[in-house]
Amino acid sequence: MEIIIVKDLVMRFGSFTANDRLTFSVAKGEIFGFLGANGAGKTTTMKVLCGLLKPTSGSVVVAGYDVALHPEKVKRNIGYMSQKFSLNDDLTVTENILVYGTIYGLGRAEIGKRTDAMLERLELTQVRKRLVKTLSLGWKQKLAFSVATLHRPSIVFLDEPTSGVDPVTRRRFWELIYEAAENDITVFVTTHYMDEAEYCDRVSIMNRGQIIALDTPQRLKQAHGVESINELFVRMVR
Amino acid sequence: MIKVRNICKSFGAVRALNDVSFEVRENELFGLIGPDGAGKSTLFHILISLMKPDSGDVALWGLDSVRDYRAIRKIIGYMPGKFSLYEDLTVEENLQFFASVFGVRVEENYRLIEDVYRHIAPFGKRPAGKLSGGMKQKLALSCALIHKPRLLVLDEPTTGVDAVSRKEFWDNLKTVRQAGVTAIVATPYMDEAALCDRIAFINNGHIFSVDTPQNIVKRTTQRIFAVRAANMRTLPALCRSLPGVMAAYSFGDAVHLAMNRHDAEAGEIRQQLICLACEKVEVKTVAPIIEDCFIITVKNQK
Amino acid sequence: MTALKGFIIKESKHILRDWKTLVILFVIPVALVLIIGYVVSIDVKDTVIGVYDKARDSESARLTARIASSGYFKPVKVITHDAEIAPAFRSGSIRMVVVIGERFGSRMLQNEGAVVQIIADASEANTAQLLSIYCEGVIQSFAAGEDVVVKPPVEVEVRMFFNPSLNGVYMSIPGIMALVLIIITAMMTSLSITREKELGSMEILLASPLTPFQIIIGKVTPYLALATINAVTVVLLGYFVFRVPMTGSWELLFLINFVYIFLSLALGILISSLAPTQMVAMFASLFGLLLPTMLLSGFIFPLENMPWWLQALSRILPPRYYVEAVKAVMIQGSTLEVVWQRLIVMVAFGLIYMAAAVKKFKIRLD
Repeated sequence: MEIIIVKDLVMRFGSFTANDRLTFSVAKGEIFGFLGANGAGKTTTMKVLCGLLKPTSGSVVVAGYDVALHPEKVKRNIGYMSQKFSLNDDLTVTENILVYGTIYGLGRAEIGKRTDAMLERLELTQVRKRLVKTLSLGWKQKLAFSVATLHRPSIVFLDEPTSGVDPVTRRRFWELIYEAAENDITVFVTTHYMDEAEYCDRVSIMNRGQIIALDTPQRLKQAHGVESINELFVRMVR
Repeated sequence: MIKVRNICKSFGAVRALNDVSFEVRENELFGLIGPDGAGKSTLFHILISLMKPDSGDVALWGLDSVRDYRAIRKIIGYMPGKFSLYEDLTVEENLQFFASVFGVRVEENYRLIEDVYRHIAPFGKRPAGKLSGGMKQKLALSCALIHKPRLLVLDEPTTGVDAVSRKEFWDNLKTVRQAGVTAIVATPYMDEAALCDRIAFINNGHIFSVDTPQNIVKRTTQRIFAVRAANMRTLPALCRSLPGVMAAYSFGDAVHLAMNRHDAEAGEIRQQLICLACEKVEVKTVAPIIEDCFIITVKNQK
Repeated sequence: MTALKGFIIKESKHILRDWKTLVILFVIPVALVLIIGYVVSIDVKDTVIGVYDKARDSESARLTARIASSGYFKPVKVITHDAEIAPAFRSGSIRMVVVIGERFGSRMLQNEGAVVQIIADASEANTAQLLSIYCEGVIQSFAAGEDVVVKPPVEVEVRMFFNPSLNGVYMSIPGIMALVLIIITAMMTSLSITREKELGSMEILLASPLTPFQIIIGKVTPYLALATINAVTVVLLGYFVFRVPMTGSWELLFLINFVYIFLSLALGILISSLAPTQMVAMFASLFGLLLPTMLLSGFIFPLENMPWWLQALSRILPPRYYVEAVKAVMIQGSTLEVVWQRLIVMVAFGLIYMAAAVKKFKIRLD
């Protein structure tokens, strides 16, 4: 089943075309790597998919809703996390979860139940009363990811979630992503770590507002005769 | 020549740097490799006289970083972690401003920055805020170099920058080094370590393994196995459950496995995984890469 | 190009590029002067009042006509009974009632002392007082023309020196100048320095050979120019629009302003040396400078009526000396011999703040 269907998406800002007739789709439960150079138009596409920007033209259906017509319904069905915006540093772990759950209209009892389950799973139970700013970056990122999926969205958007995270925690983070995918949550992720691209079911590479490659990492490497996605990326984007 | 001796620095109860010592040689491209929060920025702040260490001292060509801060500030070029040029000023105006701060004219040292700057020169009249990530880094580097510093200090110049721009940036650093500038670069990208003359790992305020990247790889005695199987996503966890495993993490399209024992064989690992119902198991020894070394070093430290 | 010159050019560009803020900086003073000039200062003009004429004779009719033609009042309601007064005030339809006593005309002609009572709605005390004084004035002049004695129910002796018509604008212009200049200079400089801290560029500046003195002077110079333009705008607006007299010398007025701007800039720098973020700098300027300037400079509330400790506090805050000096020069026409002490106090304050700012300016991050 296709959970994201993008057809001929064009996004223009004045005379600048950020997205030029993008067409792609993402299947339910898929881990989709959204790669591209800085300024290639990735952020714009993410904003359109999240219902924050109305496309100039083309159709974008996310979780069964047209983003141009029902952005609010789209927002209810997605989760979002980035390196820059995620948790409130001055609140405790549980307070952060409560705030987030309340925004998505979950009841207190339900939030409590999900909080316990989540902290148990992340082995964070002993720090539940700690202020988020006292946690290490790795813990924060894991917590932020779990919070972004607290309301059990059908898709979660991750914008450079592992930027600057240490190599061990970075990989632990990806194991969380696998777990989410196992639970049928679609993961739409951007990253500048090209090794992480290899962990995706499919990756797309974007350059100058257009998607210039889209397939499984395996097939992309074979088709272009390269050893790694990093090599492919440098070759295609340069 | 930079000598860092027994630096300690705490913020309240947090120990940011713990007895840090290392040396950087003349005209070296030195990499400080470690994750966010490892203490890289604090170390840099002390290095360039912006902070006083609680104990220990830093000498840059004999200048003490606390006492001789004025002299030090004339010979360093510094690029902080986040983009911190003036977004409302144009590319040219930013460069002009930093030249004036150091009392030089842009033309004097243009040759040094030419390789970097010529990529952004066509956008000279554009406000710096309107540049893409990679171009911003190039401008920041140009500004940090315009007075021809003896020491260039770059704090995570490539974080959040795409793979292509990162490669170009490192190419630029090589030309800078050829011009005789000593450079210290902090980065969380382990693959960039291989591009440095020598590196130091930093984690939780501790420095270890100061050496050339080649030697660090050579010195790693653990055997590393690259494991592939049909179930790549559950494989890291399964590998970690094997007896005698030190670390197992995804590396691109394989899982890298480091064993505690030095005599572990690929065959037995394969057999054990098959017993755990893995299919299409493939195990082979590979040469460790820097990231393996980092993970192992951190594990050993604990 | 020297570092300082480069810094001033860069700083000026920041200011000129941010044209939205620039517009606000020029509009704020004008808006403040106009708002406070027209609204806050109570000008008595066509105030709606009621007349309760108990005498109903020709003299009382003439008095009513005189009040109506004064331009200050507009009798819109005829009151015929005491009980109507309070409801009329409550409904807000009138603000004052002139009660003309019984047998007004005959008592006046026979010099028995005619009685006129002024009842004002004192829920707005200042306005009420002002209205009664104006009304009293009108009645006195009426009585003077008639060569008779009108005994007001309450004897109030009000003597207003230099500002006989109690024109509020005279009082407010120097106060507004104190306010505007401190906003522009102290707040804007402190914001512009803390902005660099937040942006991270301060790290680069600190790691460069720039000295604290160069950074501070570089930051201050463009704002000095901006504040000077503002000072001139406000003075000219007061002089031409509100006809505040300018009896002293322009040069002296300019000197006072210059000293005050220097002082405010020093304060702004001091704030930014201590504040880590723009938010903190903003609140520090608002509560540390703006409020005391409004409340303790004698601009809105007379200092004489304040408890001793507030008066003492006002003495250690510079705006008081500035407001006093400006008033002295503009309205009383005082010369340097009169205001030099206040100038010295301001210069001393400025030097102390500037020295503290340079000393407190951190050359490191911790």
